[in-house]
Amino acid sequence: MAVSTTSAPITYATRVDKVGVRYQIARALRIAVVVLYAVISLIPVFWMVTAAFKSRPDVVAIPPKVFFEPTIEGFISLLTKRVLLPPGMMEEYKQRTDLNFAERIMAERGQRITGPSQYGQRLLNSVIVASASTVLSVLLGVLAAYAFSRFNVPGKGDLLFFILSTRMLPPVVVTIPIFLMYQQLRLYDTHLGLILLYTVFNLSFAVWLLKGFIDEIPREYEEAALVDGYSRLQAFRKVVLPQAITGIAATFVFCLIFAWNEYAFALMLTSERARTAPPSIPTVLGTGGIEWSAIAAGTLGFLIPVIIVTFALRDYLLRGVTFGALRK
Amino acid sequence: MATVELSHITKKFGSVVALNDVSFTVKDGEFFVLLGQTGAGKTTTLRVIAGLEKQDAGDVFFDGAPVNDATPAERDTAFVFQYYSLYPTMSVYDNLAFPLRAPGRNLSEAEIRQRVHEAAERVRITHLLQRSTRNLSGGEMQRVALGRALVRRPRIFLMDEPLSNLDAKLREALRIELNRLQREAHSTTLFVTHDQIEAMTLADRVGVLREGVLVQVGTPREIYDFPATTFVAKLVGVPRINLYEAARADGMIRVPESTIQLPAPAHAGLPESFTLGFRPEDVQITPNGDLSGQITLLEPLGVETIVHIRSGRQSLLSTVSGIADFSIGSEVRYRIVCERLHFFDCKTGRRLSLN
Repeated sequence: MAVSTTSAPITYATRVDKVGVRYQIARALRIAVVVLYAVISLIPVFWMVTAAFKSRPDVVAIPPKVFFEPTIEGFISLLTKRVLLPPGMMEEYKQRTDLNFAERIMAERGQRITGPSQYGQRLLNSVIVASASTVLSVLLGVLAAYAFSRFNVPGKGDLLFFILSTRMLPPVVVTIPIFLMYQQLRLYDTHLGLILLYTVFNLSFAVWLLKGFIDEIPREYEEAALVDGYSRLQAFRKVVLPQAITGIAATFVFCLIFAWNEYAFALMLTSERARTAPPSIPTVLGTGGIEWSAIAAGTLGFLIPVIIVTFALRDYLLRGVTFGALRK
Repeated sequence: MATVELSHITKKFGSVVALNDVSFTVKDGEFFVLLGQTGAGKTTTLRVIAGLEKQDAGDVFFDGAPVNDATPAERDTAFVFQYYSLYPTMSVYDNLAFPLRAPGRNLSEAEIRQRVHEAAERVRITHLLQRSTRNLSGGEMQRVALGRALVRRPRIFLMDEPLSNLDAKLREALRIELNRLQREAHSTTLFVTHDQIEAMTLADRVGVLREGVLVQVGTPREIYDFPATTFVAKLVGVPRINLYEAARADGMIRVPESTIQLPAPAHAGLPESFTLGFRPEDVQITPNGDLSGQITLLEPLGVETIVHIRSGRQSLLSTVSGIADFSIGSEVRYRIVCERLHFFDCKTGRRLSLN
C-alpha cells in the first residue's frame, strides 16, 4: 500500500492531523492488519466453497488448484444415491437417450443414480430442531429473565446459580444416561427429544444473558405503563420487549448457532428419522473413496441458513453482542 | 378529580423505615407539595398512592373509599417521573396516545387523536408530535411527560420532581407553566420536590417530610412564618434563617459570644435556654439600629444583597434590597424585628408556642 503525502489537496475542511505522514502510515497499517486478519479467517471458507465446485481429481490435487473448471458433481453426489456400473454395462447405459442432466454427469464417472440421498431431509431436521429449540429457549428465557430481574423471587440467588450450574458439566459426560432415559421415554430419534435437550442447554444461557439486558431497562417505563392503565403482562409486551429487542436478537443468534452446530447428542440420540445435518455430513462417503467435494457442498448448504439469519439480525447484533456496553 | 387521604401509612424496606405513620389529606382541586430532602420518603409516598408500592400499615382513600387493594390501573392516577419519563421506542404522538390506548378505555382512534392534540396544545408541543423521543431536549421531554399525564384526565396527578433535571432557566419557565396549567384545570395534584422555591411558589399547601415523618403541613405562608421545627425553618427560605442557642436572663434574650441582646417577649412560657431564630429579612440595616457588627462578606444577587455580619464570634445574615453599597470590614448598625422572632426547644427543635 503506497503512502502518498501529496495526493489529497488540503482544503479548509481537511483536518491538519489527518494529512500528516504519520497519520497516513498508521491508518494504512490498521487497514493492512484488518485485511490480513480477514484473509486468514476466510481461507477455510474459501477452500470449502471452491472444493464444493471441484471435480474429484481437482479436489485432492497437490498443490491445491486455485483455478479450475467448476462442476456441480459434488452437489449431485451429495443429493443422490448411486451405484458403480461395470464397464460393459456402462457403455450401454451411456447410449440411453432418456438420461437427464445430472445422470449424464455421473455417467461420465461410471456411476448410475438410483435415487435421492437423505441430505435434504437431514438439513430440514436441523432447521426444525434448531429453530424450535431456539424459539422455545428465547421465549422461556425472556420470561424467566424478566421475573428474576423485576420480582423478589424466593431463593433468587440460589435459583440463578442452579440455572448456571447446568452448564458447568461438559454435556458429553451425560450422553449415556440421557441415551438410556430417552429410550425409556421413547424420545430416542425424535425431533421432540432433540428440541427438549437443546432448549434445556440453551435456557441457562438465555436466562443469564437476557437478565443482563432487562436489568438495564429502567423499571420506570413499566411502572408508567402500569399507572397508564396496562396490566403487568401488557406492560411487559408493549414497553419492555421493544426495548429488549437487541438483547433478544443476540440471544437468539447464540442459541441458534449452538443448536445448529450440536454434534455429539445428535449423533447419540438419533438414527434415521430425526438425524440432523452435523452428524450426517461426514458420512457422505462416496462409492469408493471420500467424496471431498460432496462433503464441502454439504457443509456449504449447512452454512447458508445461519448466515441468512445472522445477516437479517445484524442491525440488532452490533449493540447486542457488546452486552449493552456500547450505546447508540 | 378527587380527594386523596393517607391514614397512618408506614412503609419499610428491609430494616429501613421509609414512611413512619404518615397521614395527610389532599383536597379536591388542591395543589399539594411534599417537600423534603433526598431519602425523606417523598417518592415512596407517591408510589404508595399510585399503587406501585404496597404500604405495610395504614390506608389510602380516594374520595373516601379505600383503594388499598386496587391495582395501579384501577386507581387511575397519572404519574410524572423524574427520569425516563417517555417510552423510548415510540414517537411523541404515540407516547401521548399510549395511556388512551390502554385496554378498558375503549376509545376510538379519532377520539384519541383529538385528545392528544388537545393535551399537546396545552403543553405547547404540537410541533413535536411526529418526532421521535430520542431527539428531544430535556425541557421538551418533560413537557411531553406532562402532556401524557394531562391527556388521561386522571383522578389525581402525581409528580415526582418533574423539574429537577432541567437547567435553572427552563425550570423556572416550566414552573410558571405548571402553575398556569393547574389553576386552569383545577386538578388535584400531589407534587414532590426538594426545592423549597418550587414548594413555596406552586403549593396551595405544603407537607414537609423528614426521614419518613411528616413534620408539618400548612400553607406556604404558615410554613414560612410558623415553622414547626428548626428543620423546617432551615429547609424553607433563602438565604437561610439565623439560628442560635440563646438564653433568657433579666428580661433580655442574649446570644452567647456575641453582642446580640433583645428584649424578651412579655408573655410567659419561654424557658431559660432555647433556640432563637430570625429570618434575614428581619435583620434591618439602619444607621440608628441598636445592635452593631462587622461586615464579613457581601453576596450581591441583583434583586437583593446578602450581607454577612459578624457579632462577636457569631455571624448572622441580613438582606438588603438591590445592590448594597457597603464595604467588607466596615462596621454596620442594625436592628432585629422583635415581633417576628422564632423560638424553638433547644433539645427537640420543636417550635415553642408563647401565649
